[in-house]
Amino acid sequence: MNKRIQQNVMIKGTKDGFMLHLDDSCSFSELLKELEVKLSANYQFQENDPSISVKVHTGNRYLDEKQKEKIKEVIHKKKKLFVDEMISNVLTRDEAKRWKDENQVTTVTKVIRSGQVFEVPGDLLLIGDVNPDGMVRAGGNIYIMGQLKGIAHAGYKGNHEAIIAASVMKPAQLRIAGQVNLSPDQYTKWGHDLECAYMDEEENIIIEKLQVLKKYRPNLNRLEGGL
Amino acid sequence: MGEAIVITSGKGGVGKTTTSANLGTSLALLGKKVCLIDTDIGLRNLDVIMGLENRIIYDLVDVVEGRCKIHQALIKDKHFEDLLYLLPAPQNSDKSAVNEEQMRKLISDMKPDYDYILIDCPAGIEQGFRNAIAGADKAIIVTTAERPAVRDADRIIGLLEKEEHIEPPQLIINRIRGHLLHEDEEMDIDGVTDFLKIDLIGVIPDDDQVIVAANKKEPIAYNPDNRVSLAYRNIARRILGESVPLTPIGGEPKGFISKIKKFFSVR
Repeated sequence: MNKRIQQNVMIKGTKDGFMLHLDDSCSFSELLKELEVKLSANYQFQENDPSISVKVHTGNRYLDEKQKEKIKEVIHKKKKLFVDEMISNVLTRDEAKRWKDENQVTTVTKVIRSGQVFEVPGDLLLIGDVNPDGMVRAGGNIYIMGQLKGIAHAGYKGNHEAIIAASVMKPAQLRIAGQVNLSPDQYTKWGHDLECAYMDEEENIIIEKLQVLKKYRPNLNRLEGGL
Repeated sequence: MGEAIVITSGKGGVGKTTTSANLGTSLALLGKKVCLIDTDIGLRNLDVIMGLENRIIYDLVDVVEGRCKIHQALIKDKHFEDLLYLLPAPQNSDKSAVNEEQMRKLISDMKPDYDYILIDCPAGIEQGFRNAIAGADKAIIVTTAERPAVRDADRIIGLLEKEEHIEPPQLIINRIRGHLLHEDEEMDIDGVTDFLKIDLIGVIPDDDQVIVAANKKEPIAYNPDNRVSLAYRNIARRILGESVPLTPIGGEPKGFISKIKKFFSVR
């Protein structure tokens, strides 16, 4: 047996504050006990000390909500400590699926017709038109290779960074996150070619030529390789 | 085994019933055995246009509820020996008198006996529409070149695309006025097909003779010299699988004289 006692809780100071590393191989009750001992054995806080934020890293251990609460409770017993963030290497299946859905581009070849609502969790690449009274909704960006004549709602879960781009922009409404942009009463017969809509810092929806995207949304370029 | 084709539009008054009557007649003129089914329960019209309203004894609801046999309710068109039949709708019930399952069964029972079953659909997207499309294999959308009609057609196409038993719908643009096309007042044929993005099976010009024919209780398709009749007959041939080119509609805006007047800016 190893003479040294296995350290289940390690406290590290970083420039962002304290980081508590919790070992992931011991049992949870053991971990809690040691956490309590470690925290009380240490420095006694003074009345007027500023409160200290702590990040908790749980390694490869999966913690359910109850267990997370318990750990927070133990840490909060020390009046000057509060848990800023809990970091874990573990991702549940649901979280992983959501993460994947929200980050993938769904490609659809279809005309979204009057009365239809088409919704995707991530980005939408629509090869086809959105007709008047039709609606497309995406958690991320909306790219339309066709005519946008209905309603497009990008970032509908609140993503302000989302954009809408269309080959022909003649929308009834553009919506990004919580903002709505109404169309002018009249479009020229052929609409506006290759335009995009994004939200600026004042939360206004701006419609401009596609070229500006590179400037305002550099993250859209996921292209790797090439020249 | 025949084909069941539903004729629908969404919007009322664009010419579903006229189209059903004339396509049925045209197909019968081409030697096909046709049955027309009016599903506009409570507001039937097809019998009037066909000139058969005085001969109704039993109707669609009587058949599906088993009060009579199918052949008892069918009305034979007097122009043909044994080619054109009508199953009329009742005037004194409402759309809920029939359900989709009953329609599906009725039509599959009838299919072996006919080459084509044309189902005249009521306006709207409620139960009547559901009934009309339930047993159909194909759909023909009728629209005029006006925005409200095209919008409703778009909605209907969206609903039909969800029905897996129906082939992608085809389009008839009805009541095209040649002179308006030239004045850019109307959506033109390309505008409509570009909007709806489905196959065009025919274009019907606007003609007062259609109204005259309806009042005479005889579909215009019997008249061999009329351009509307010709357009319907061409659609019937396209339904049979022939390739018939579209006849251009309109031609000169308002005739030669007006062109000269326009040239000299006299109005």
